[in-house]
Amino acid sequence: MTARSGVVGPRREDDPGAAHGAHGAESGVNTALLGMLLFIGSEAMFFAALFGAYFNSRAQFQHWPPPIHPGETEFHLDLVLPVIVTAILVISSLTMQWAVWRIRAGDRTGMNRALIVTLLLGVVFLFLQVYDYAQLLGEGLRINRDIFGTLFYTLTGFHGAHVFGGVVGIAVILSRGLAGQFSARHHVAVEAVSIYWHFVDVIWILLFLTIYILQ
Amino acid sequence: MATTVLSPRAGVYQRSRIYEWLTTTDHKKIGIMYVTAAFLFFLLGGVLALFIRAELAAPGTQFVEAQSYNQLFTMHGTTMIFLFVMPMLTGFGNYIVPLQIGAADMAFPRINALSFWMVPLAGLLLFSGYIVMDVARAGWTSYAPLSIVEQGPGQDLWIVSLILLGTSSILGAINFIATIFKMRAPGLTLMRMPIFVWTVLVTSFLLLFALPSFTAATAMLYIDRNYGGGFFNPAMGGNPILWQHIFWFFGHPEVYILILPAMGVVSEVLPVFSRKPLFGYRAFVIATALIGFYGFGVWAHHMFTTGAVFLPFFAFFTFLISVPTGVKMFNWIFTMWRGRIRLTTPMLFAIGFIANFLIGGLDGAFAAVVPFDYAIHDTYWVVAHMHYVLVGGSLFGIFAALYYWFPKMFGARLNEGLGKLHFVLLFVGTNLTFFPQHLLGLDGMIRRINDYAPDNGWTELNFLSSVGAFTIGISILPLLWNLFITFRGPRDAGADPWDANTLEWAAASPPPPYNFEVVPEVRSERPLFDLKYGHLLPAHQVRKSGASRVLTQGLGAHGGDRGVATGGVIPAAPGTTHDEFRLDSPEEKFGKPVEGHEDEHGRPRGITPEAPEKAAPIDPSARADHEK
Repeated sequence: MTARSGVVGPRREDDPGAAHGAHGAESGVNTALLGMLLFIGSEAMFFAALFGAYFNSRAQFQHWPPPIHPGETEFHLDLVLPVIVTAILVISSLTMQWAVWRIRAGDRTGMNRALIVTLLLGVVFLFLQVYDYAQLLGEGLRINRDIFGTLFYTLTGFHGAHVFGGVVGIAVILSRGLAGQFSARHHVAVEAVSIYWHFVDVIWILLFLTIYILQ
Repeated sequence: MATTVLSPRAGVYQRSRIYEWLTTTDHKKIGIMYVTAAFLFFLLGGVLALFIRAELAAPGTQFVEAQSYNQLFTMHGTTMIFLFVMPMLTGFGNYIVPLQIGAADMAFPRINALSFWMVPLAGLLLFSGYIVMDVARAGWTSYAPLSIVEQGPGQDLWIVSLILLGTSSILGAINFIATIFKMRAPGLTLMRMPIFVWTVLVTSFLLLFALPSFTAATAMLYIDRNYGGGFFNPAMGGNPILWQHIFWFFGHPEVYILILPAMGVVSEVLPVFSRKPLFGYRAFVIATALIGFYGFGVWAHHMFTTGAVFLPFFAFFTFLISVPTGVKMFNWIFTMWRGRIRLTTPMLFAIGFIANFLIGGLDGAFAAVVPFDYAIHDTYWVVAHMHYVLVGGSLFGIFAALYYWFPKMFGARLNEGLGKLHFVLLFVGTNLTFFPQHLLGLDGMIRRINDYAPDNGWTELNFLSSVGAFTIGISILPLLWNLFITFRGPRDAGADPWDANTLEWAAASPPPPYNFEVVPEVRSERPLFDLKYGHLLPAHQVRKSGASRVLTQGLGAHGGDRGVATGGVIPAAPGTTHDEFRLDSPEEKFGKPVEGHEDEHGRPRGITPEAPEKAAPIDPSARADHEK
């Protein structure tokens, strides 16, 4: 992954921020980044359980969404808004990576600009998700409608919560970036948040494929 | 204990002791707080268990009504697993792992403090059910749909508490993995790590990958209960079996989370008190990793009777997992074989662990046989099995760790006489409580019932089991008294009271906040042993063993004193070449026996300059085998 290549590279040797307090094992991935990667591993298992619940439930029905209430018209999710928010998240991942590349080159202003764009895209995603929820609730898709409603709101809701967490993280590194705390050598927090943001993006693409495309 | 001023400001701002403990990020203080909190929850969970056994001692309702009984076993199971065994092992890991790998602290000290403080908070949340008069009562497994139809805040408190505990454990696991991968002393390669560190590492990976799915499951349960979700509700298209799948996907690795660090403790204790290296170090490491790996492939053996799982696959993997477990049994037995065994209290608990775990492990292999499992599913056989591994296994391992590492943590050894009394009572009590439950299970007694009829024929065995449970309860009294008198007594155990092998014993007891004055350098998986006795090894072994490099680098042409930790001893005079280590007479070759190793008060000497002369016997065959 592009995000990791800068993490493990030989750049570490001249990094004054690298774990000097720790003796030995100074090569390889930075300790804080290792922590973030492990955390993302646990997050992946969290979403794996949710996806498992989705497919386990879905496997019990021939038609999906399942016709729980007789006489109801089959529910169908509209694709327009999801495609738009998917594009927004993918673009925000690119701008996030742009921020990482800028700070690796020592360009603080460039990084801050890229972070501002990423932050805005993240916020727009959240607003569009709330708008989407409002639309769907109006159409009668509620969390207590049936298993489909429960799965839809749980999966997208937990993802939204992670986007919110990412937005908070971006806001933190943006404020630190505006204060001039990062440099080409010292920016492990930017790397960590960017990996997390890419992860959230990947989860959304999987959700999009699962919920909207495989209808 | 003398404190060392770390920075010029440290002496200026006097902080109260309470404030110091509440805000500490020192892994040793956090470890002690983990152990203390877990021990209090152990007493609480134990009292709940005594209520259960008092109720079952005779037919009819004695003390508690059915609903209270359901609350009792739910709270007992949840407390013992999530608030006792897990935090207790995490606590020992917190204290010992950084010391064993020669680090100054954990990788993320503040996250470490956060992980700890979530535990008492979660415990208070769980037990606050007794304040709002509604306690979780769907069992520690909280099977849906029972956990959904049971109304009231008790179950929700259970969910929130377990999500907190899960988060705490995940953060702790990240911390351990980062610490073990990034903070090891120079020369401490992965295959030289103490076995306890290995088991903590594998356990952390299990926690990292198993717990999040449980957190997801409890979140789904919360949604079903509070927002009208339908995950586990067939009327809405959900599937109650889904809960069992996700729960046991976590629940089976959880079993290894509870036992692996205890196995690690036993593997630390046995070599020290047998005066031999661990037999088959490499095999033990591989077995530990395999147990962790297979642990993710056997969850559905808890669900044979649902008819919803592919039986041959899960039965096969369950049998397969007994192979690495069997390897470990041989490791332990052959570590003791022809060793110079000292039956101290930690050693007794370690041997007790092996005996009980053998019974519990064989029970487990029985339950992997599908037709047999159909017969004993949800009976007292299962209760007997899991208590043999959890009480007979994990609890014995925890007590071995407590007696073994207590001198390191508090600078004083626990009283041996009281410790042996504790062991005997606990060993007898454990087997008296849980062995009859096998027979009750075979006789058809279902678990989680609060009453049985007099003509079931279960009365005598149940009474026996209850007598055993109270014996376990009484066994805790000598321990409490022992703790009391030891805390009041002198703290003079010294750095290395057991004549041990690993780095934690190279630091002072208790270690200073920074642990080691000199970063220790490691050349084998028994660094302290090399320091103390390396010069006694025959030269042909010295050359190929790790000790040789300590000697050739530490002495002779190089002349330095690298590889010496706090309180360490440089084994021989400068200027010697390693040809002079070729010793010929058997006594010189094996060193003198450890007679006289204890001082006039019966306490072992720490690392003192004269220690190398009073060397322990070295079994050359075992060592050669080990180094292959």
